Amino acid sequence: MFAYYMDLALRSLRRSPVLTALMVLAIAVGIGASMTTLTVMHLLSGDPLPGRSQHIFYPQVDPTSHFNPHSHPYDMMDYHSAVDLWSAQRADRQALITVSALRLTAPTVNQPALMAQMLSTTTDFFPMFAVPLQYGNAWTAQDDARHARVAVISADLNNKLFQGSNSVGRTLRLKDTDVRIVGVLAPWRPSPQFYEVVGGRFSDGDTASFYNRPEDVFMPFFSSLEVNDGGFNPFTCWSALDPGVKLQNSTCVWVALWVQLGSAGKVSGYRDYLAAYAEQQKALGRFARADNTRMFDLMQWLDFNRVVPSDVRLQTWLAFAFLAICLFNTIGLLLAKFLRRAGEIGVRRALGASRMAVFAQCLVEAGMIGLLGGLGGLLLTLLGLWLIRRQPVEYADLIHLDPSMFGLTFALAIAASLLAGVLPALRASRIVPALQLKTL
Amino acid sequence: MQIQPIIAALRKHRLATVLLALEIALACAVLCNACFLIISRVQHTHVDSGVDESALAAVKLTGYDPASSVDLNARVLSGLAKLPGVQSVNVINAVPFGDHAGTAGISTDAAGKHFAGIVDFYVGGPGSFKALGLKLVAGSLPMASDAQPLDSFVPENATVWVTRALADHLWPGTDPLGKEFWTDKFHFRVGGVLAHLARPWGGEGGPSTIDWSVYVPAQAGRQLAGTYLLHAAPTELPRVLRDARAAMASIAPDAVVDSKNSQTLGTLRETYFRQDRLMSGILLGVICALLLVTALGIVGLASFWVQQRRRQIGVRRALGATRSDILSYFQTENFLIVSGGIVLGMVLAFAINLLLMQHYELPRLPLYYLPIGALSLYVIGQLAVLGPALRAAAVPPVEATRSVG
Repeated sequence: MFAYYMDLALRSLRRSPVLTALMVLAIAVGIGASMTTLTVMHLLSGDPLPGRSQHIFYPQVDPTSHFNPHSHPYDMMDYHSAVDLWSAQRADRQALITVSALRLTAPTVNQPALMAQMLSTTTDFFPMFAVPLQYGNAWTAQDDARHARVAVISADLNNKLFQGSNSVGRTLRLKDTDVRIVGVLAPWRPSPQFYEVVGGRFSDGDTASFYNRPEDVFMPFFSSLEVNDGGFNPFTCWSALDPGVKLQNSTCVWVALWVQLGSAGKVSGYRDYLAAYAEQQKALGRFARADNTRMFDLMQWLDFNRVVPSDVRLQTWLAFAFLAICLFNTIGLLLAKFLRRAGEIGVRRALGASRMAVFAQCLVEAGMIGLLGGLGGLLLTLLGLWLIRRQPVEYADLIHLDPSMFGLTFALAIAASLLAGVLPALRASRIVPALQLKTL
Repeated sequence: MQIQPIIAALRKHRLATVLLALEIALACAVLCNACFLIISRVQHTHVDSGVDESALAAVKLTGYDPASSVDLNARVLSGLAKLPGVQSVNVINAVPFGDHAGTAGISTDAAGKHFAGIVDFYVGGPGSFKALGLKLVAGSLPMASDAQPLDSFVPENATVWVTRALADHLWPGTDPLGKEFWTDKFHFRVGGVLAHLARPWGGEGGPSTIDWSVYVPAQAGRQLAGTYLLHAAPTELPRVLRDARAAMASIAPDAVVDSKNSQTLGTLRETYFRQDRLMSGILLGVICALLLVTALGIVGLASFWVQQRRRQIGVRRALGATRSDILSYFQTENFLIVSGGIVLGMVLAFAINLLLMQHYELPRLPLYYLPIGALSLYVIGQLAVLGPALRAAAVPPVEATRSVG
């Protein structure tokens, strides 16, 4: 029966090619626009650590020494609080994080010096965030403790300096220090660069920089403080930075801590520990308030920072408004199309077709338009994504059509056209046969 | 033209009429808001930076040892000044559309009780006021004695030049000259008012704060090094910048040129507004596609109605209606439907605007967008219906005698 309806639908579509083309075009353009923006949304708002993000947490304390009128703790921590919490080793895994830029040369490679972004972190960073390594290994906890002069480099830097060969054991000159490479990352492109997201609420929706590539150099936290001494910048300070005072002892926040907590019990345990730490620091006179601690999980932290750029959200809304207009258009055209065949439908009804059958036939026809529109929409989506990849935005290289979005394109196209078809099909199925037969 | 029979006919096609009106309503709402967004973005890209952009370029050095910054300043300032075409070289902490450097919250009292907003401090060497081409609207030009050595990011006690926008915000209705403000322990006294000086990286509190800048004259030193402002004739500028960047290899081999920030101010401005231009382009594309789809919808439905009513048209023609009667019938019909859509669309446009205001710091939609949006939809509607209406007008009276096929 379905095959027969398909045949009927094809015949009907072929009979008025212009109207069919208009409808297919409307669906295709609407689907193309909304799938392009939806794909970008999907890629930018996804979980950067699927399966483990619910165990990753971002503890925060309020280290200000005078009462902070802002209701939130700062987005990062001062050196002492972060190192205290890290050294306590109360979580399953914990990693300190701060970012700086420094001058980098490779002594055996004939290339000019470049400014490299360096992530200062601790050994747990690699297993906690499932960072893939191509060659060698991450440094060990002993390297952290010994302030070892070792580094892990990105695949990009390895390609640039060593043409992608195994560079483990080779030396980099970071500022004035020789550092041995112990590991090379496999290509790694988290979306967003989640471990470094801070200050999103101050960025006025312009958050494309959260989708930057990871750093080129990863170094043990305490070693890097010595290697790049004076090269670190605070996130913000609650009182002016005095000249000559080291950032480690300053009234500035510039270090972040990530922890991994495997169970709900451990999470509440860590929250208690955080509160107890703030209480203790208040008693010592270092903190002004002990009640301002917080711990988001990874996805909550990304939400709090509104990582998806507001322009991308705006584009998505716009695309869906556009799809709605295309749908209204298709409903109108389908209505015209079905009612134009009122005579034919009258005959079919008189010959015994039930209302249900007429309704089903009309819906099959609408669905077929959806399928064609989906095909067109897919092409337009690919075109749209190609255009976005050519834009000078940080996330351009992340944009691709994954299988789930590929499937969704057709699902959306068919659902949209079926939705558009329901009303006209209902109308067509309610045609009174006698009236139509009289006019034949 | 009688409207009564048209309305009677439309009642027969209630569903299709409502659909078309809804489509037009949605199109009208999106059109008004998208146009408004485009205009606000375009206006944003025309912001007056207050400096002589066409004659300025920045050179930014990184990676040098901070201990050698005094020496670096001396080498770079003298080295760049020798390049042919360079009219002046000054050390500065930031340039408009570059990275921000001196961003801080200020208060209008020494105790810091009256928080007055977050501003950007431009700290520049003695000649940078003239090189930037800042326009003074009140007070006096900075003198050589105003430039102080720095221990921190600003001098502890300085005479500064604020923009008119910032002066109006801090001391509305009063003469800002001689007024004071503070950030932490640093104290500032206003020596003059500038027409404009845009913040390096836009306004933190939205577009209205883009001009909240403070110019502070200072002496080059350990705390003020690494970023240099080149002034040259606009036609010479690209070459001068190229030469300057190339010269760094010999002048400052210990530093790395930050190529993203070592650009002419024109290039920096272009990069800064790239996203706005891109978004305007996308919005414009959506508007075109939207109007096209709406027009196609009108064409499709009108064609259907013309075909459906061929016999009625024939009867009317046989009874004495002229071609232009038929033509104007369909045109009036379209006018009525579009009018209905527009009334609904205006309400919807304001609703969408309210939503956008909540999420995107947009002002209220100005009323004059509505008649413009309405007019364009009327034009689109009339153009779209013209083809089918002409076909209707061409129906011969003899059609009355034929049965509908």
